[in-house]
Amino acid sequence: MTKAHPWMANSVPSIQQEMLSALGLNSVDSLFSQIPEDHLYAKPFNLPPQLASEVALSRHLDDLMRKNVTCKDSLSFLGAGAWPHYVPAICDEVANRYEWQTSVFGSPTSDHGRNQAWFEFCSQIGTLVEMDFVGLPVYSWGCAIGHSVRMASRMTGRRKVLVTEVMDPERLSVLRNYCEPREMARHIEIVEVAIGADGCIDQNDLKSKLDDSVAALYFETPSYHGVIEGAPGTLCDLARTAGAEVIVGVDPLSLGLLEAPGAYGATIAVGPTQPMGVHMNAGGGVGGFIASPDEERYASEYNTLNISIGETIKEGEYGFGLTLFHQSSYGSREEGKDWTGNSVYLWALANAAYMAAMGPEGFAEIGRLIMARSRHAAKAIDGLAGCSVDLSRPFFKEFVVTFEGEKVADVNDALRKRGIFGGKDISGEPGADGQCMLVCVTEAHTEGDIARLVSALKEVLA
Amino acid sequence: MTAPIANRTKAQFTGFQAPRWAEPVVMEMGCPGRRGVVFDDAPAPDLPKGAIRKTAPALPELTEHDALRHYLHLSQMTLGMMGVSLFGTCTMKYNPRIGERAALEHLADLHPLQHPDTLQGVLELYDNFSDFLCEVSGMDQFVFQAGGGADAAYTHACVTRAYHASRGELEQRDQIITTIQTHPCSPATANTAGFEVITLSLEEGGYPSVEQLKSVIGPRTAALMVNNPDDMGIYNPDIKEWVRLVHEAGGLCFYDHANFNGVMTRLRARELGFDACMYMLHKTFGAPKGGGGPAVGAYGCAEHLVPFLPSPLVVKDGDRYTLDDDRPQSIGRVREFWGNAPQVLKAYAWARAMGAEGLRTAADISVLANNYMDKRLSEVKGVSRSNPDVTAPRMEMTRHSVEQVTKDTGCTIVDISNRMTDFGIDALWLSHEPWLVAEPFTPEAGELWSREDIDYWIDVMEHVIHEAYETPEVVKTAPHNAPIHQIKGADMADPAQWATTWRAYTRKHAKRLAAE
Repeated sequence: MTKAHPWMANSVPSIQQEMLSALGLNSVDSLFSQIPEDHLYAKPFNLPPQLASEVALSRHLDDLMRKNVTCKDSLSFLGAGAWPHYVPAICDEVANRYEWQTSVFGSPTSDHGRNQAWFEFCSQIGTLVEMDFVGLPVYSWGCAIGHSVRMASRMTGRRKVLVTEVMDPERLSVLRNYCEPREMARHIEIVEVAIGADGCIDQNDLKSKLDDSVAALYFETPSYHGVIEGAPGTLCDLARTAGAEVIVGVDPLSLGLLEAPGAYGATIAVGPTQPMGVHMNAGGGVGGFIASPDEERYASEYNTLNISIGETIKEGEYGFGLTLFHQSSYGSREEGKDWTGNSVYLWALANAAYMAAMGPEGFAEIGRLIMARSRHAAKAIDGLAGCSVDLSRPFFKEFVVTFEGEKVADVNDALRKRGIFGGKDISGEPGADGQCMLVCVTEAHTEGDIARLVSALKEVLA
Repeated sequence: MTAPIANRTKAQFTGFQAPRWAEPVVMEMGCPGRRGVVFDDAPAPDLPKGAIRKTAPALPELTEHDALRHYLHLSQMTLGMMGVSLFGTCTMKYNPRIGERAALEHLADLHPLQHPDTLQGVLELYDNFSDFLCEVSGMDQFVFQAGGGADAAYTHACVTRAYHASRGELEQRDQIITTIQTHPCSPATANTAGFEVITLSLEEGGYPSVEQLKSVIGPRTAALMVNNPDDMGIYNPDIKEWVRLVHEAGGLCFYDHANFNGVMTRLRARELGFDACMYMLHKTFGAPKGGGGPAVGAYGCAEHLVPFLPSPLVVKDGDRYTLDDDRPQSIGRVREFWGNAPQVLKAYAWARAMGAEGLRTAADISVLANNYMDKRLSEVKGVSRSNPDVTAPRMEMTRHSVEQVTKDTGCTIVDISNRMTDFGIDALWLSHEPWLVAEPFTPEAGELWSREDIDYWIDVMEHVIHEAYETPEVVKTAPHNAPIHQIKGADMADPAQWATTWRAYTRKHAKRLAAE
């Protein structure tokens, strides 16, 4: 290396020489004496050339990334786990603050601000779902389901979870890994409950499957297909009567309008955090939360890091620090609850700023707007020849379009040529009768966007 | 810290004061009717009766400015990398801003389910970076789905299940072997995946003997999960023999490359015989840590494990990239979609700016800086190095102890760490559980920090230990310049008092709040 590297302060040769001199050495090689000779790799590395110049690197990244077509270049109706919600500018500013973007984990005093912000993330989730105990977020909604199912299994000593037959295959695949293969001694069986013609859980089928072997019932409202469950409280009652925990997955942006799971008897609430101030990031924006009553039997099963408010040694002053650390894998290795590691804590700060700026009226307003826009889109699409939407189902944000003759893959190809990303192709999935597309419409879509989709679909289906 | 750098090393310890905003919990702020974000009006929807929310969420009502200002105040009350952070085991690096800008500009508005034809840039990035890491490790394929290092360890546990299941041996192979100095994520994820965990203890030289390993391997062995060097900076010279023995018994070998920084370009996991390895992109490869993610555990493996990797896999078909989700032996997803793409881009940018020669320089500087620290710390009263019998130079970090200081003064390593933050030094990394070394701390200088920063860090520690002997109360009651005073902690551990939400707090402390 001929020049000092901008990211390595001690790459200045004279500094290295001085440090070596302080150790009485001439070269660094002897510092590696612990590694046996036959462990060393002697061949040259076949790596692309160094781009230490920022201008050259920047150009390279731009050239590479320009091969993408983004959801801003094109009009997109893709949702299903990553949703095109508007990200208020303050959320980016908060999440990009150098202080908490770059560091890892300090003390409750020196990193007081971040600890407080984490507590505020949990507090605001708590009021949205009406539950008192909230952990720091986990990797994703699917991971939140996985951890909470395992919580329920440990709490009840039972090894079966009921899920709905219509479930996002991404989340279901994640859950399957958490439930372990059949060959393993602690395998948790996943049993599917039927979905009725109305898109809601078939209560008779649920009743027939609930018994004292069931650790938990897991359902979502709105569901994967966007359907709002009409009687979530009844489902919770049925499951709790059987001694099972009830884990409910919710879209936080629906909670200005839809009842909080804590209010109708859910015992654990989970959901995605990406809708609240985080970009889709090619799927890298996902995150998940877990909430429950603040009772020891729940609290003692969390795998998450948990932040509590508490007193400092100065009268009247408050701080925030870890509680229940010992039950994490950091505290107890394999004796801990599942495992804990890096998660999406930076996104939690964007989420906190989002919830604080939105307030109760912001959540109600965005809920109404999403419902109005998605309903408007569904009606217009249903009015087209060659496809239909079941408008009798109350839905939030996402709905299923069924095509009569065309294949969704072909429709999407044709839409793409017109600068539109159609909805997710769910043909062949459970609950999708024939050729089906899951369309997502949010507050970020204008009426003009919807008109463009409808007119393009009309052309394609003609 | 306000002094010019040249003066800092002359023990100018006055002048630092952390920002201190009297910032209420956000739930207490604002007033009814105020708005931070508004949307167009829309009519109230027709909802099923049982689904309608009865009580509005008790969120704060703030202006946009108030919300922004509140969180900026909180960010200012976070010391982290604004001071000197030699937070060991985490390899504190500069997170180049070019990566941040590029990720926001190019990846924010991509959807993971877009047609691959519209994702050619990001898929090429994945393919290029997989190739880069394969060259560095000797592996055949890398994937980026795991949302952190621990998630990559979990990925390995899941791959191990699928591998043995494919050979009809999963029921039989139900044990995973690790060592007590391996990061807790290996035993914890192995246990979560359903395996019984066997933990080897340390022996002479600071690592378990080959004989101890031999005593636990057999037909039940599914895998070995270890790091090397460990957090003491000790390299296990028998590791090749370990891998050979585990393979002979039919198990897989996973290399947790958490401590890769000191050995970059000097050794490759595959050449040591490992079947799989993991790099933390938010650590070794310059992507930001975010205070705990979003992160990426890049998981790489040799050919024979590729069929089991999580899906979808980026594959090159001529000059076109696609996402292959039709892989019958795959473990499926450990997390939705295909990973934290912005972190992959930032790490790729970092790696390209370093190149092979930069990686070698970084490794050399890291190990040199650690040994420079070792030398200086050995001259600080009351500080001792772990494993004193190991006299060879340590790798990129060393575990030390202030046990003697604690015995002499009553000041613990936590007290000393708290006091050091009063001088702008980020809280120290102490040790993972269990604490095999009393009153431990584990600094890691890496390649970012200048010799002046390192000297300042040691000067502060020396100064604080001097204070411990002269005025121990100052150390025990620290911090004094932080945003808040020491937390009591006992209330946070008491189920009747702890509160992870404002709801819980107002319920449990209603009396006190009413009195206020």
